[in-house]
This record gives sequence, C-alpha cells and structure tokens, in this order.
Amino acid sequence: MVMNDKVQPRARAEASVPSPRRRFLKDAASVAGGAGLLALGAGMYARQASALPATAIRPPGALAEDDFLAACVRCGLCVRDCPYKTLKLAELGDGVVTGTPYFEARDIPCEMCEDIPCVLACPTGALDRSLTDIGKAKMGLAVLIDQENCLNFLGLRCDVCYRVCPVIDKAITLERMHNPRSDRHAMLLPTVHSEYCTGCGKCEKGCVLPGESAIKVLPIKLAQGSKAEHYLRGWEEKKAAGQSLIGDQVELPVRGLEDKAYGDTRVKPGEGPQGPEYRPASPGAGGLDSGWKP
Amino acid sequence: MSARTTTGGVPERQVPPTSVRGAAQRGVVARPGREAVEAKGWLRAHKWLLLRRTSQLGILALFLAGPWLGWWLVKGNLSSSLTLGVLPLTDPFLLAQQLAAGHWPYREALLGAGIVLAFYLLLGGRLFCAWVCPVNLVTDAAAWLRRRLGLKGGKAAAANTRYWLLGFVLLAAAATGSLAWEWVNPVSMFHRGLIFGFGLAWGIVGGIFLYDLLIAPRGWCGHLCPQGAFYALLGRAALVRVAADKRSACNDCMDCFAVCPEPQVIRPALKGVGQDHPLILDADCTTCGRCVDVCGKDVFRISTRFNRSES
Repeated sequence: MVMNDKVQPRARAEASVPSPRRRFLKDAASVAGGAGLLALGAGMYARQASALPATAIRPPGALAEDDFLAACVRCGLCVRDCPYKTLKLAELGDGVVTGTPYFEARDIPCEMCEDIPCVLACPTGALDRSLTDIGKAKMGLAVLIDQENCLNFLGLRCDVCYRVCPVIDKAITLERMHNPRSDRHAMLLPTVHSEYCTGCGKCEKGCVLPGESAIKVLPIKLAQGSKAEHYLRGWEEKKAAGQSLIGDQVELPVRGLEDKAYGDTRVKPGEGPQGPEYRPASPGAGGLDSGWKP
Repeated sequence: MSARTTTGGVPERQVPPTSVRGAAQRGVVARPGREAVEAKGWLRAHKWLLLRRTSQLGILALFLAGPWLGWWLVKGNLSSSLTLGVLPLTDPFLLAQQLAAGHWPYREALLGAGIVLAFYLLLGGRLFCAWVCPVNLVTDAAAWLRRRLGLKGGKAAAANTRYWLLGFVLLAAAATGSLAWEWVNPVSMFHRGLIFGFGLAWGIVGGIFLYDLLIAPRGWCGHLCPQGAFYALLGRAALVRVAADKRSACNDCMDCFAVCPEPQVIRPALKGVGQDHPLILDADCTTCGRCVDVCGKDVFRISTRFNRSES
C-alpha cells in the first residue's frame, strides 16, 4: 500500500527509540504548552491593555469598546476616508489598542460630516452603519470639567464652546446665574445636555485656554453617572399625572412672614423676625472679610 | 575554478568548493549559490529572488503610493483593503479570528476574505509568506546574515509549534472576545506600521530579526508564525508547486537546503524519501523559488501539482 510506503522510513527511524508514542506525547505536550503560554500571554496583555485613555475618542458609530475590539481589523480604511484627518490609527505605545482608530478632540475634533464617510468605509461593522444621522452619534460626552479656569465661570463672556457647538442651544446652552462675586452681574454658564451632545469635541478644540481646555469630551462611561431609578422626580410625576401624587400640601405659617404669599421668603432690611431695629453685623476692625455678599 | 562541471550534458558528481558541503570539507564559510552564478550568470541565479522582491516591494509600493504621493490605488493595509474603490480584500486569518471572537462582519469583509481565500487555496497558501508578507524581508535578511557570518546551531521551537499557536490564537480570540493576537501580531503590525506609522512596533520587528539571527535559524517564519501556519493549511491542495524534476543531476552540494526557509520539505522530492515523484507537496513550502535559483544543476523548477514527470 502507498500508506505503508510513506510510513516505513519514519517507523524505521523511530524503532531505536523506546516508545515512539510516549515521545510524541511528550513533544506534543511541550510544544502545546509553549504555544499555549505564548497565546495566554498575548491574551492577558490584550485584556490588560484594552482600557481606553480618557482623551481617546472612537469614531462615530463605533460599537461598545468590547465589541469594537472583536470587530475592528485595524485596516485604517476609516482613517483614509476621513476628510479632515481627524482619525488616526493607534501606534504601539500610544496607550490605545495598537492599530485601532481614534481621535483626540483637542488635536483635531470630528467635523460631523453628514454622509459619515468613516462609517461607510468600515468593512467589518466595527463602525455601525445603522448610524445614518450624525446628530445621533455618541462618541463621548462633553464635560465642563474645570470651573475654576473657565472664563464664563469667572463671570466673563467667552462663550466660545457654546458658539462652536454644531448642536448649539441644544447640546450646549448658556444658563444665566446670579454672579455672587460682583452681586450685580450675571454669569452665563455653558451647560452640556447629554441628550444632544455627540461628543464631536469642537468645544474642547475651541476652548480659548492656552493649554488644556476647561471643557473636555470624555467617554460617556466616565462622564455620566447612572440614573437614580428609585428616585421619583416629583415635578415630572406631577406633570405626567396632571396633579400632585400626594395631594395638596399643608401650608404652615412662617413666623414674621405671616402677611406674605406662601413660599415668598424675600425680606427687605428692617423686615423679618428680628424686628425693625435689626442691622446685619458689619465686619469689625481686625475681622476677616470674606467678600461674600448674600 | 572546478565549479564548471557541465560537459556535454553529463553532470560530474563533483562537489563545488564554495557550496555548503564543499565549504564544510574545507572548513570555511559556505557561499551557497555561487556555483549557480558561475553556471547560469548572476541574473538567472537570482531570477526568482528578484521576482519575489519585486512582488513584495511592489505590493508595498501600491499601499504607500496613497499616503506618500496621493495616488489612492489601494487604501488600507493587508488586514483589509480597498483597491480602486471597488475591490475589497480581507485577510482570512483575521476573519477567522473575528469569527472566533464572535463578530459577524459586513459583506465587504466576507467577500474580501473569500477572494483572498480562493486565491491562496488555488495557487498556494504560503505564496503569501514568500511573495507578499513584509516580515519575509526581515527574516530573509536575518537568514542571509546568519549564513554570511557562518553562525551555526541555535535553539528553535519545534516546527509544529506554529500550528498549536494557531489553535491557541483562535482560542484566545474566543476566550477574550477580541482579536487578542492582533495586539502582538508582527505580520499585520509591520505592514500597518510601514503605512500608518510604527510607534514602538519597530521593537517587535527588531526582536524577530534578532531572534532569527541569534537564537533560532528561520525561527519566526518556520516555527512560530501562526499566520504562516494558517496559510500553510490553505495550501494543502495548491496548484503551484516546486518540482525537483532533474533530481538525477543533483551533485549533493546542499546549497538548496541552506537557502530553503523550510528545508525539511526538500528531501522527499529530491531524494525520493517516502514518495516516488519529484514534486514538493508539503504545504510548508512557500514556493519562494530560491532552490531553483541557487542550484547550479537546474534540478528544480516551478511547476504544478499535476506534473509528476521527471526529466
């Protein structure tokens, strides 16, 4: 038989060895062990290195990170079709899984192309084509992270992050607040709304601060707390039901404010429980003036 | 020189002095292929090597023409690419990992992998290793330097380690639910690095060079690379094969064994060990054609698996 012809030379060679089967098992075990160790090392390294740095943002339509790492073949076709050179492939040592696409908003933000070419370029579905409206992208969530240096929080009218936002007045609004420092001005605080923010990073890029920006796009997981499902928001429940769920509330009188409408606690100097002679204490000589005015 | 041996078509069984065996007898560093250069001329003695380098560098140039010159004939890299905006090509090894990791890709990737799969199934799996893979340039350089420096020995893993590793690569993909091997895969990393930028990936490429040079002869491509193992499995019924059809002319100079990246595949065909025909059917053969080049007796030629004739 042909089979016998093939086998014979090997069989002859192994005849001198005590037990060919035992030797084969031993060889196979050591080879498999070595290969297994190598693969195990690669696998563990993969698990350990899979955490994405907070400033690295995935392209629009990217699957959740775990699924993304199963789907992305690191071909860079999304990078090639990005007209603004926003996307780049991670190099070994970048902190992002090597070969996968990402961008850094402070560097080049996403311009939110209407036809989303990066998503169309992806051959594997790591970027999900069910995203057809770039306004629905959730690449991350902008957070005004440094309120100490944000110019608007200092009472100035910078507003740049608000002005450059492609979803202006929805994703970022300016909320007017009283400025307690000057006591006579308003502060217009840029406020991000997660429902509309796509995480494009134009605000982070636009922030006028010289180095790091005060507003940053972060992964949604880092930027957003989970909703307190057990806490019923009374005002929402009341709106939905058309009436208060706990019935009308008992109105209790407030001492000194008996003649005012319920809930109106505003007092003029000389009014209030202390009587007409009362004056607030002024900082005495040697006392510390915090500068705070109520 | 006594290397000139062909007289009237009757080969002399004299071992050339610069060949592996001749040099061993004289105790000097061998220069395999020198006899072939003298017999056939430099060009013919490097024909397949030159064709192969042209193929490797040409494919690389197609990928680089876009980012370097703005000629976007081919986009992407060997993992997945798009040629002229219409032809998708995807590495089936990556697709296999992806399926193991539990992701079913879009039609483009499936179609692209199907085309590549069909090509290598038909023509020869490890044609990829010898004619396309950029790591071959690195390991060939290491092997060349090893020969020139006369470095002998070393400790290579068993040659079937790669098949075990291939199994574990797919297992690791399934276990971690991600393309775990692509974190370290030097093949895709080197090609991607050339096109998109390296970072620290130079370290891995340099590591392979040093491993092949100093520790294990042909250690990476011939013993460890699971991607090569994958393509070898594809090539079990491949059409294009090397035949030692003039094996009667062999003068036992051993040069082909010295240059062959998988020397174990030669013996059955050349010496008729375990088979009667002169075809190299072992799927580990990369069909690089280097044995054809370095043989001063023209023993080998590139043929098909159906041509079992001997001349």
